[in-house]
Amino acid sequence: MGRKLLLEHINVPGINTFDVYRSKGGYAAVEKALKTLTPDEVVEEVKKSGLRGRGGAGFPTGMKWSFLAKPEGVARYLVCNADESEPGTFKDRFLMTYLPHLLIEGMIVASFALGAKTSYIYVRGEMMPQIRILEKAIAEAKAKGFLGKNILGTGYDLELYVQPGGGAYICGEETALLESLEGKRGNPRIKPPFPAIAGLYGCPTVVNNVESIAAVVPIINEGGDEYAKLGIGRSTGTKLISAGGNLKNPGVYEIDLGLPAEEFLYSDEYCGGIANGKRLKAVVAGGSSVPILPANLFLKTINNEARLMSYESLAYGGFVSGTMMGSGGFIAYDEDQCIVRNTWNFARFYHHESCGQCSPCREGTGWMEKVLHRLEYGHGKMSDMDLLVDVSKKIEGNTICPLGDAAAWPVASAIRHFRDEFEWHVTDAATAVTRNYGIAHYADPLNTVVA
Amino acid sequence: MKVTIDGFPIEVEAGTTILNAARLIGGDIVPPAMCYYSKLEGTGGKCRTCLVQVSKGSEKDPRPMPKLVASCRTTVMDGMEVKNITSPEVIEARKGVVEMLLINHPLDCPVCDQAGECHLQDLGYEHGAAKTRYEFDRRTFEKIDIGDKIQLHMTRCILCYRCVFVADQITDHRIHGILNRGDHSEISTYIQKAVDNDFSGNVIDVCPVGALTDKTFRFKNRVWFTKPVEAHRECENPKCCGKVTLWYKGEDVIRVTARKDEYGEAEEFICNTCRFDKKKTSDWIIEGPRKVSHKSVISSNHYDTLKPLPVVKTNPVLKEANKEQFERETRL
Repeated sequence: MGRKLLLEHINVPGINTFDVYRSKGGYAAVEKALKTLTPDEVVEEVKKSGLRGRGGAGFPTGMKWSFLAKPEGVARYLVCNADESEPGTFKDRFLMTYLPHLLIEGMIVASFALGAKTSYIYVRGEMMPQIRILEKAIAEAKAKGFLGKNILGTGYDLELYVQPGGGAYICGEETALLESLEGKRGNPRIKPPFPAIAGLYGCPTVVNNVESIAAVVPIINEGGDEYAKLGIGRSTGTKLISAGGNLKNPGVYEIDLGLPAEEFLYSDEYCGGIANGKRLKAVVAGGSSVPILPANLFLKTINNEARLMSYESLAYGGFVSGTMMGSGGFIAYDEDQCIVRNTWNFARFYHHESCGQCSPCREGTGWMEKVLHRLEYGHGKMSDMDLLVDVSKKIEGNTICPLGDAAAWPVASAIRHFRDEFEWHVTDAATAVTRNYGIAHYADPLNTVVA
Repeated sequence: MKVTIDGFPIEVEAGTTILNAARLIGGDIVPPAMCYYSKLEGTGGKCRTCLVQVSKGSEKDPRPMPKLVASCRTTVMDGMEVKNITSPEVIEARKGVVEMLLINHPLDCPVCDQAGECHLQDLGYEHGAAKTRYEFDRRTFEKIDIGDKIQLHMTRCILCYRCVFVADQITDHRIHGILNRGDHSEISTYIQKAVDNDFSGNVIDVCPVGALTDKTFRFKNRVWFTKPVEAHRECENPKCCGKVTLWYKGEDVIRVTARKDEYGEAEEFICNTCRFDKKKTSDWIIEGPRKVSHKSVISSNHYDTLKPLPVVKTNPVLKEANKEQFERETRL
């Protein structure tokens, strides 16, 4: 049983109110940081903890904070990215719904560390209930003197605002988020300059995921070194995984990084295996934009070692046989699911969400969607698979923001690992529209290549 | 700062972009640009045709950049080495971008007023493939009249955003922009409001394709049948330079545009009065014929290329057919 750092008190009734949260040791990190530590010491603790960004890219948070430019007389901002819209990911929504004060506590500590006097939580527009919850929690914290002027008599001022987004996936990209926050069309900016130099209103800005900010609270409470003891290698601490798909117990789980993937999937403490006694066919390990893996490659790496839930182990094998931690949106597919249809569905999402600013993504996502639609509905050609791979290569890496990569990877990986299923959709087009391909050999043990 | 592009070294000032450094060198190594416009601030980075490979970051940090970069928005560093036409990756990526730009373009060049001076046409000719792999319906839009002088045909648009920057920076206030998202996004005014501003006509000049066209010139003539002549007038508008190119058909001025340089960019912007209302030779002080690059189809009929092509001279049948032209040459 792993330790729960973020979700420890999740089952306490009324934990979403200030008083109950406080009685369970809440806001201790604010007191500790503001009264006993300097901002640089807080940054140092986060650096020591080895915390990596929980939004998808996995960039070390402490490092990101230390890159923040600190020119004299210029405001600095902390922006919390709560624009969680990746298909398969719902951990931030869960956290904000049940533990709003944890996020607010983290925001206060992080803003203090960065010297921000104004901070924003940019919440996706569709999450209106969560926006209300956060606004209520902020009002409570303010009434108790944890926000506003002269917090806890330390002389530190902080105003925290919740900003609803318009409901665009692209606004989860940090520079598009900043544009949207400034009231403009949410188009990603061309980097450099990075937000750490010129972000919100041209001022140095740090944009962090909800979970990264919440994780600052246990880091300060227990110390960065203690936090770093959890996890494995460079993947320290705990991570929220939002498990969905054909699982017996879908939901949000807090795991110690380094948990074996098989245990996470099959143990009753976590997902409890595949629902309805079916077999696992494929897994998307970290939200729709990471490469999809067949069951055998997900549970074992190409070297036949057990796959662990950690940044390194999931990425082992690169794009050929690995995937990514991503944002923790874990989707399991049982033997009845059609990979072609799923890939089409993802492509449709990226087509719909492309901002249309740069040409490869604008045109390429639509093209891929149309070809995949044709394949799924039995009008495909054998050459379509190569065409899709080629189009995805033309998009990948040639766009302003990572949405192009995110659109290209699921398509390219699905064709790499499930090519025979795609081909079956062409050769047996009439059958393919009536039934699914089934599990085929995707769960068979890997053939280990003997040197 | 010293930068090397495809093996050509050049000294440039700090803050220069790779694209502008390449333009200082000139020739084949200049990356094509569809959305960048040197006269407009903030343009570039969107079309991705100018992607280049940075094989050496700088003297201090010689690591290559992991991805191809947009040369129009990447500033040079001292000792940077850039590969454009010498990098197979760049050629491949550019081919991909051109293909993407063309898949939803109607390719209606035979009826398009921009044909002959269209950047997308040139780009497709130089970097594109002969056949398309796209087998679906292309995106179409209704034509919109934005004001009585400009027509917007969104179907042809490649969303370079140049016209938006013109409206932001050259005119007093912008009333058009991008609506919607992704491949159904479109340039539009808010509920078909008329773009009516002294400098709004410049959106026609900056449009790299035939999406924004001059209604006073629509379907009047093909550009390669017209003769460009440089002229100027004392314009009452203090912001207008009054320096233009007049496009003659016979004795008539059928179109007035700003003067465009070798990269198709207006040298200076002109006002709508000069562009739309002054269409008599007597309005202008004529300077002389406009030099048009011999690569352009516009130059095919006049000035420099009166001489029959070399291939004609060696073929007796063609020589006979071009008798009149040979006679004209000897007369001149």
